[in-house]
Amino acid sequence: MAVETQRGAMRIVASDRRALALDIMPGLALADARARVPDLLAEAHDAHADRLWLERLAELCDRYTPMVALAAPDGLLLDVTGCVHLFGDEAGLAADAARQMAGRGLHVRKAFAGTPEAALALARFHRGPVVDEAQAVRGLPVAALHLPADTALALRRAGLATIGDLAARPTAPLSARFGAETTTQLARLLGRADSRITPRRAPPALVFAHPFAEPVGRMEAVLGALGELAAAAGAALEARGMGGRRFEARLYRSDGEVRDLAVETGAPIRDPAVLLRLFDARIDALADPIDPGFGFDLVRLCVPAIEPLTVAQLALGEAADPQGSLSALVDRLSTRFGRERFRRFLPRDSHIPEQAQRAVPALAAGPAHWPAPEAGEPPLRPLHLFHPPQPIEVLSEVPEGPPLRFRWRGGTHDVLRQEGPERIGAEWWHDVRRPGEPRDYYRVEDKRGRRFWIFRHGVHQAAPAPRWYLHGLFP
Amino acid sequence: MRATAEQLRALRQEVAGLERWQAEAQPRRVALGHPEMDAALGGGLEPGRLHEVFAAEPGDAASASGFAAMLAARLGGGILWLRQEQAGRQGGALHAPGLCEIGIDPARLILGVLPDPLAVLTAAGEAARCPGVGVVVAELWRTPRVLDLTATRRLSLAAETSGASVLLLRVEAEARPTAAQSRWSVGTAASVPLEAGAPGYPALSVALTRHRGGPPGGPWQVEWDRDGASFRAWGGGGAALSGPPLPAAAHG
Repeated sequence: MAVETQRGAMRIVASDRRALALDIMPGLALADARARVPDLLAEAHDAHADRLWLERLAELCDRYTPMVALAAPDGLLLDVTGCVHLFGDEAGLAADAARQMAGRGLHVRKAFAGTPEAALALARFHRGPVVDEAQAVRGLPVAALHLPADTALALRRAGLATIGDLAARPTAPLSARFGAETTTQLARLLGRADSRITPRRAPPALVFAHPFAEPVGRMEAVLGALGELAAAAGAALEARGMGGRRFEARLYRSDGEVRDLAVETGAPIRDPAVLLRLFDARIDALADPIDPGFGFDLVRLCVPAIEPLTVAQLALGEAADPQGSLSALVDRLSTRFGRERFRRFLPRDSHIPEQAQRAVPALAAGPAHWPAPEAGEPPLRPLHLFHPPQPIEVLSEVPEGPPLRFRWRGGTHDVLRQEGPERIGAEWWHDVRRPGEPRDYYRVEDKRGRRFWIFRHGVHQAAPAPRWYLHGLFP
Repeated sequence: MRATAEQLRALRQEVAGLERWQAEAQPRRVALGHPEMDAALGGGLEPGRLHEVFAAEPGDAASASGFAAMLAARLGGGILWLRQEQAGRQGGALHAPGLCEIGIDPARLILGVLPDPLAVLTAAGEAARCPGVGVVVAELWRTPRVLDLTATRRLSLAAETSGASVLLLRVEAEARPTAAQSRWSVGTAASVPLEAGAPGYPALSVALTRHRGGPPGGPWQVEWDRDGASFRAWGGGGAALSGPPLPAAAHG
């Protein structure tokens, strides 16, 4: 039994079957309940933990259908359209679900119906087996409509106790007296209005499942099943002329744990061999190895989204080697070391040197067009750029003049040649109120022949005084 | 019919044998453009091999990585540049507009930033086995223990099989025995000044400190010509010389 402080008193939020048998209902004050049954066991209600528990159960029900929605606080809605045959029939699916839930110490009430609202209402308010769905729905109390308390009270006072009483009446007067919500809910419950569930995650484009008759603990067998699924996925994608860029494998453990493995590629693929190598790399790179526990009883491979993939025609005599291309290599390396680690440069239209490029994960971007530098010019931008720029101490003849000598990382550099300044203004249009200070860049070469890119930040005779930074190194 | 198929197979084998013999007899070489360097290399740098590029001094990191980038530009193909996270902090991040200035289209390059030397070597090994990659640059700072003779031999074999070139870029490092085809020591050199005393084109002091099948050579003062994508003798750009080349930095 769980209690929570509501309206200044400890009230019961949920009670178990034995408490219900003693007529201790949710809504009762704890003090009243204790007066009736002194040795009541009460726990503080933790809505968040309940929610997490429901999420985990939803994860578990993912094995029946990808369309799972939460009906908080205590329900799950599954759209099993087209999935029932995998378990024989509706009764088979329900029995399997009941067995799974019973393994977790849960008592389940379930119902099948044509609309999500009807299923939920039947599960919550109907007693006994459902023979005729329409008849059963009509027999439900009006509380099944999930209306505000005052509307439900008004309905009861008007003598309308069941859904059947409401359904027999014309909708316009009902709507006028009890609000539009009443008739909308009624229509949904009776299947007169179309109603859908919002699944927890978007259903994938393609799903392939491999159930095991017995839980399997050996990873080789699991990988073998994954191989079969990859082959099936490859064949299905080829038949459609499509490929996938993300593949998700879910391993369902017999005790309800679910392990997700996902691989991603830069270009659409469908070759099962390539896919399996990526999964192998993914499994090798896992920080904590997969724990089979008492074994897996289902492996599923999802392709969340598919893209057109046309077969490139090979030139005569050219060997087909999809493993050898640079993009395949980047797929493998990104899978192994992390997609953020391998990047491609994209140009960005900005004067600020450190913002002139964007490094995006190589999986996410194709090659971009970079403008070619002007012929005959020496390099005007450094090969190595420090971010943030390194503060240096500079000696110059006049405050606004070029640098003569500077100190950086404990070494002194005498400037022999220099070119500048190249003034790069701050991008004032980003923040008009606080325009940044301009930078005066110099390309300098010291006596030993090292070339640096240094700049003065700020203007002379302004407060604070300008400061010097080293920003980059030229080869 | 079977006889024909067998004959065909025999012929194929014969042709393959001939091709291999030719390939072994005359390894393809990529000329660097600098006559003395090419002469010391016997015609040019061999692609599909492991080459080591050392920064002559810790401060020459940018020169050494510039030299590696220039070699990559000469060798052609896609570039995979692998670095340690530490390299970006100490020597600065690789800057795409700066790559443009050397003559490498950044669209050709993929940068991998990895946590430790072992990851860099593992990724380089994987990349070296991939024939679709032109050049793999593996940048390693200091002298990590994982970089031993076995590791370099593995890289070298992978490069020979696939045809991808591997450039091992070493900064603040000491030379150890490796299976590399050539070893370079790169320092900076004073550039030929342009008008009004502006710093000129990239100038390097390059020495071939070790070379399989040939004596070491250099040091040479070279200048990189971006527009021609080749090396040339110092001052070959036609700009006025203002003084003799400075003596080369010490070579390790």
